[in-house]
Amino acid sequence: MRPRFLVLLSLVAWLAAPAAGHATPAAAPPPDIARALAALAGEDADKREAAVAVLGRTRDPKWLRFLAALREGSVYSRTRGGKTEIVVGGSKSTRGDQDVIEIAAAYDRAPLGAVPLAALKEVPADRRLRLAVKPFLDADETRAQLADPDPAVRRGAAVKLGNQAEAGAVAMVEEALFKEPDRWARHALAEALALIRLAHGAPDVRVGAARALGELHSASAVPALQRLAADAAASPAEREAAVLAIRRIERWGLLTAAVETGFQGASLASILLLMALGLAIVFGLMGVINMAHGELMALGAYATFVVQNWFRAAWPAWFDAYFLVALPVSFLVAGAVGLGLERGVIRFLYGRPLETLLLTWGASLIIQQGLRLWFGAANVDVSAPAWLSGGVPVMAGLTLPYNRVFIIALAAVSVAATYWLLFRTSAGLRIRAVTQNRAMSACLGVRAGVVDATTFAFGAGLAGLAGCALTQIGNVGPSLGQNYIVDSFMVVVTGGVGKLAGTILAAAGLGGLTKGIEPALGAVFGKVAILVGVILFLQRRPAGLFAARGRNAEA
Amino acid sequence: MVEYSRRGFIKGGLAAGAVLGAGLGFPHVLPAQDKGPIKIGVLHSLSGTMAISEVSLRDVVLMAVEEINAKGGVLGRKIQPVVVDPASNWDLFAEKAKQLLLQEKVAVVFGCWTSVSRKSVLPVFENNNGLLFYPVQYEGEECSRNVFYTGATPNQQLIPGAEYLMSKEGGGYKKFYLLGTDYVFPRTANKILRAFLRAKGVPADNIAEEYTPFNHQDYQTIVGKIKRFASGGGACVLSTINGDSNVPFYKEFGNQGLRSENAPIMAYSVAEDELRGMDTSALVGHLAAWNYFQSVETANNKKFVQAFKAYAKKANLPGGDKRVTDDPMEAAYFGVYIWKQAVEKAKSFEVDAVRKAVYGQTFAAPSGTIKMHEYNHHTYRPVLIGEILKDGQFKIVTRTKGLVEPEPWSKYTSPDKGCDWVKQKGTYQKKA
Repeated sequence: MRPRFLVLLSLVAWLAAPAAGHATPAAAPPPDIARALAALAGEDADKREAAVAVLGRTRDPKWLRFLAALREGSVYSRTRGGKTEIVVGGSKSTRGDQDVIEIAAAYDRAPLGAVPLAALKEVPADRRLRLAVKPFLDADETRAQLADPDPAVRRGAAVKLGNQAEAGAVAMVEEALFKEPDRWARHALAEALALIRLAHGAPDVRVGAARALGELHSASAVPALQRLAADAAASPAEREAAVLAIRRIERWGLLTAAVETGFQGASLASILLLMALGLAIVFGLMGVINMAHGELMALGAYATFVVQNWFRAAWPAWFDAYFLVALPVSFLVAGAVGLGLERGVIRFLYGRPLETLLLTWGASLIIQQGLRLWFGAANVDVSAPAWLSGGVPVMAGLTLPYNRVFIIALAAVSVAATYWLLFRTSAGLRIRAVTQNRAMSACLGVRAGVVDATTFAFGAGLAGLAGCALTQIGNVGPSLGQNYIVDSFMVVVTGGVGKLAGTILAAAGLGGLTKGIEPALGAVFGKVAILVGVILFLQRRPAGLFAARGRNAEA
Repeated sequence: MVEYSRRGFIKGGLAAGAVLGAGLGFPHVLPAQDKGPIKIGVLHSLSGTMAISEVSLRDVVLMAVEEINAKGGVLGRKIQPVVVDPASNWDLFAEKAKQLLLQEKVAVVFGCWTSVSRKSVLPVFENNNGLLFYPVQYEGEECSRNVFYTGATPNQQLIPGAEYLMSKEGGGYKKFYLLGTDYVFPRTANKILRAFLRAKGVPADNIAEEYTPFNHQDYQTIVGKIKRFASGGGACVLSTINGDSNVPFYKEFGNQGLRSENAPIMAYSVAEDELRGMDTSALVGHLAAWNYFQSVETANNKKFVQAFKAYAKKANLPGGDKRVTDDPMEAAYFGVYIWKQAVEKAKSFEVDAVRKAVYGQTFAAPSGTIKMHEYNHHTYRPVLIGEILKDGQFKIVTRTKGLVEPEPWSKYTSPDKGCDWVKQKGTYQKKA
């Protein structure tokens, strides 16, 4: 009862204060606050702690702001006209030979001008005082988060309240639950409410709470439910409800784990596919071992970075749209560089795979060092647009990140477009013709040189696209290409050179397999296991999943 | 942090060839004159994977040299830095160290970042009685006569970070997920952290440990595991994930709906310089433990930060006055001054004399006055915990009152070992 009384008292005092303030600008604060402020400036640690409690319980945002300043050590006391006054310090500066500081009133932050630092005494925020301040600021922060426009923030606050499971938070949670429009934030709030009731309720309330938690599939509740199920003091009904709820949550957990692993596999597969697609075309169809493939990806990523900076400088209001512009730009930039590479050097070396290997490797070093010289050795910062950060909760305990969903879609579209280009257009027909028999197609009037150039440029463009997509997942730096090139080759070789279907299947297989075994083996051994698996597989089927057959198959 | 890449190897090979050629062409005949400049070595990777971190250390060492030279040098002699590039390749580190000590005859070397590069140059310095100042926080368990460690030992970084999260002020966390890149620092760090947590009564079930390969990009599975680990609350992550993998990790962490107020990440390898190349929005609110932050409010630090920005602009370094300072940079910077003061105290550049003069040396560093240990070759430093802000800086949430004594042998994993170069010969067995 006592705290509430105090709150009421200070609330009344607070309501009264502004009215008085109009008459005299330097209105005296209510007596309990005045006493608290005086205590703060004193030496007695117990009184200082009690003073923080008095100020915190007002729940007045202005006093909470004062407490925040106190915690940061920017509260000072000064003696004026025989009375001690508490002020909040602002920016410091040097005027002449003394340090001065802007100060403001403790409550309403009315500026009080700049005074010499020497005239003030700092109100020390020692550990004990900071600990006393913390719960008030935290509670205030949580309250603010529950009213945040972003549902993810509201959800986070609800989870926190549930984990803390403090009886005092019930009213706050109920109120928020009543107002909450977002389905998943409501879910988290309902979970928090049930967790609090489970921790503090009467036995029959606890039975209800346990049942509710089971229905909500709350993984957070398992430890508390386990305690309840093992609690000898609990009634049989409670224990039974807890056991049932645990069983229900665990079953749900298996389901989410399966869906999660499936999605993770699909996501990794889509990334592998995007990286390997361009290589599959250049390496598979043209027989060029393109060691610069990774650097073409890096070019795409840097193109994204440049587009982002344009938007940031020129159209900040449209910043979120930059990524949509960056996608075609990165495709074109990498494609143009690929075109230059093909016309400039590679075309003289067709049919000599070792020389092209060395040559493209040299090109990769040049591009890499060029990026390092132009953009610096450090990684650059590519921000995710708002619509690609965060995730969508699809079921209790499972959130699918937007960026990964987007990349899966992008990979699907890229594959579809590639298929369409190769098998539904006349350009594709010519590409396939040159791939199968260059001399014959040239005799029949196909301009093999043009076909080579466009095919290579298309493959390079796809690499650029992959680089653009990867900015949403990883780092952008000059050595970005090196990180991905091995995986790209692994996919293409496993899939079988010259077969797009093989590349797709290999990406899906490797992605799924990696994510399937990683939970059991860990990331390090998972990677080792995959590489061993690929080696064994290639021992049995040296030509990959889909071997090229027929006359043009290499002996 | 070693990565074998064919490119790095070839590049290194070419550079080594060039150096050899130069060495043959111009043999070093005359010993340095007494009044001529004194040579010091700078051994940081300027190319390859580690360039991203180490280039800044070279910059700050050169800045310290410039400052000292502007004030007349050391013992009346100007300092002449000899900068070499070991190209993130550990074998090349040993080769370059040999070149600095034997051909260039430098008085001291400032260098290395990764533990593996330090281990690779260690025999070179010990056999030729060289002197190395090593500026990066590391896993400890080393006590070399020829190295001064100005970065943190485990008890100056790892343990205070975990202690903070366990404390009431830090949130009173009870479950710890130890996550690191798979190499010597995270492995040893986690061994120490685990021993510490167990000693503080954390049950083994509440500690998880996991490693990822270098340049790991796909953190889906691990974040999923952390999410399950954290359900029920009270869980935090202690991360020794290395530079490049941090962005994918933090992004995945945020995107899967984990938030710093429910499961904070305490990072031991993320500093301002790494944050420069990151989209920090996913990191905001998470924590890091260091001995220095750019946001430290001391007059010395203000001067240091301004001087570095001005230096970067003047020397036309990439980034210019947008460059930031961080813990290893501060340690590299004051290392140069500690050496200078020791030389002045010893009135000699001779390694053994300087070494003895370093013991107990103090310096008003940007993070406050630091002190070299009286006998164990490490450094007394303050410990700070910072919260990551949107602009890539840290808000300091707590700092130790005074300096923390360095313990190269952690009392949690090697309680019987000590390091003393005054009364003992390096690492010794403590009597029970």
